[in-house]
Amino acid sequence: MTMDAALIRAILRIIGASLVSLIFVTVAVFFITAVLPGDVADALLGQAATPDAVAALRHSLNLDKPVLVRFVIWVNGLLHGDFGVSLVSRRPVLAMASERLIHSLLLAGVTALFAVPVALVLGTTAAIFRNTLFDRAVSLLTLCVVSVPEFLIATLAVFIFSVQLHLLPALASISDIHSIGSFLASFSMPVTTLACVIVGQMSRMTRAVMIDALGSSWVEMAVLKGASPAHIILRHVIPNVIAPLFNVIALSLSYLLGGVVIVESVFHYPGIASLMVDSVAARDIPLVQICALIFCGAYLFLTTLADIVALLSSQRRHAA
Amino acid sequence: MTVASLARWWAAIPRIPGALILFWLLLAVLGPLLAPFAPGEVVSRTVFAPISAHHLLGTDYLGRDVLTRLLCGTSSTVLLCATATLLACTGGVFLGTIAALKQGVTDTLLSRFMDGVISIPSLLSALVAVAAFGSSVPVLVLAMSLIYMPGSYRTSRMLALSIVRRDFVLAARMRGEKAGYIVLREVLPNMMGPVMADVGLRFIYAVRLLSNLSFLGVGLQPPLTDLGSLTRENLLGLVYGAPAVIAPALTIAVLTVGLNLALDSNRGEPD
Repeated sequence: MTMDAALIRAILRIIGASLVSLIFVTVAVFFITAVLPGDVADALLGQAATPDAVAALRHSLNLDKPVLVRFVIWVNGLLHGDFGVSLVSRRPVLAMASERLIHSLLLAGVTALFAVPVALVLGTTAAIFRNTLFDRAVSLLTLCVVSVPEFLIATLAVFIFSVQLHLLPALASISDIHSIGSFLASFSMPVTTLACVIVGQMSRMTRAVMIDALGSSWVEMAVLKGASPAHIILRHVIPNVIAPLFNVIALSLSYLLGGVVIVESVFHYPGIASLMVDSVAARDIPLVQICALIFCGAYLFLTTLADIVALLSSQRRHAA
Repeated sequence: MTVASLARWWAAIPRIPGALILFWLLLAVLGPLLAPFAPGEVVSRTVFAPISAHHLLGTDYLGRDVLTRLLCGTSSTVLLCATATLLACTGGVFLGTIAALKQGVTDTLLSRFMDGVISIPSLLSALVAVAAFGSSVPVLVLAMSLIYMPGSYRTSRMLALSIVRRDFVLAARMRGEKAGYIVLREVLPNMMGPVMADVGLRFIYAVRLLSNLSFLGVGLQPPLTDLGSLTRENLLGLVYGAPAVIAPALTIAVLTVGLNLALDSNRGEPD
């Protein structure tokens, strides 16, 4: 009973810490974007703007009020679901972001479905055949993938699959999806690219987890008893690595967020990340703010999940 | 200086990663001086020209010399990222050792702040910074140094925590030495090896981040150019397999993969 209470307290502490982080992020995002050197009003109206027009716009955007007052107004808006309107399109940013978010979640979901099994199999086989040519080849290849910037993988994928092999279209467009065939065609490039990024990261972590498990005393015991490799993997290794592997998956999916930004921009995929890059280029601050908050929220959610799973798995090990 | 002390000095340098970084720094400083043309000059009527004796790496989408632009682009990528890494790691190592030495409130406050910064994905922080302050060299360098400081802080704090408990540091404290003296003379020299490997890793991260930003069009702005923006502006050349797009892409790959391999071989297998 006491151990359970301690465990619950530890989990609550992790959740509390990430809530503190979320508040920190919210405050940081506001203050970094609020302390503009130039003024949004000037930027929006251009050089031809009259001083009166600039003053009127500044007033309507609350820019004439002190920063702290604007922060209170902003947070109050957030708490009431009012995230402001885009400076460029004048539409509510919440609606703009949420319709794009669905596309991004679809892309991330399909990628995860595809990349997670591949990475687990690749990492596990590399760990089983450790220090063979196969393991070295996988290690080298995944090291290359995790070293280079994501856009390089996207560029290489376009070069191979679209330019050289003419297999896939280089651009994704959600609007002209009418059949399974066209769905696969327009999704395959972004998904393939994103999957490469994730598989590189994740198979390296999986290999480390598996090597750790394979070196454990109960596996050694099973080997000494003469159990077959398949028996050892299924009965002794897998039950002991499920929790650490969940940790690996959650961490990898948080890496997916960084990849999404590049992949959506390269393939003109209409997701929330390309919306954010466009809004950064246009310096559309309310839109940047909500995109940043959604991304940080998702990232914090995944890392918190990974922390909790890691905690639970270490508890299990102590118990065993 | 005796032969023996020279040999000892030589042995202390992490060989391959150190030599690689030196090579890239030299290329960054000397490269633009060796460039055959001016970086912005249109020198040919043919765009995306292939390799030739006159233009060793062909021409780009406007008919400029690719070798010239590659040398300049490599220079800005390496120098910007090296400066940012140096700032990030100087700050991170300094604050990390201070936190380990003082502990208590200083340690808690610093660590909480660094945890907050690290909870934002690096590409996202950079995008927010660029949205707020515009994209210029000082903004990019400062943003990258702030983004990579917490990682360096964490590593140095962990390293320093194990050192400050050792006898010679306790002895120095007993003697009543100042914190600055203890950090510089007792703690830092004993953690330089792992810190150097950490610096190399953060340099790779910085190259990835800057290249990604420039590729997205929100990094270095023309007339300045780096490896990411060179790849972006010549992307159409991919259809022709033009060296204008392959050369900068390959340079980034050689830079990041090469350095990571060197660091990896230095670390060795953990088991």
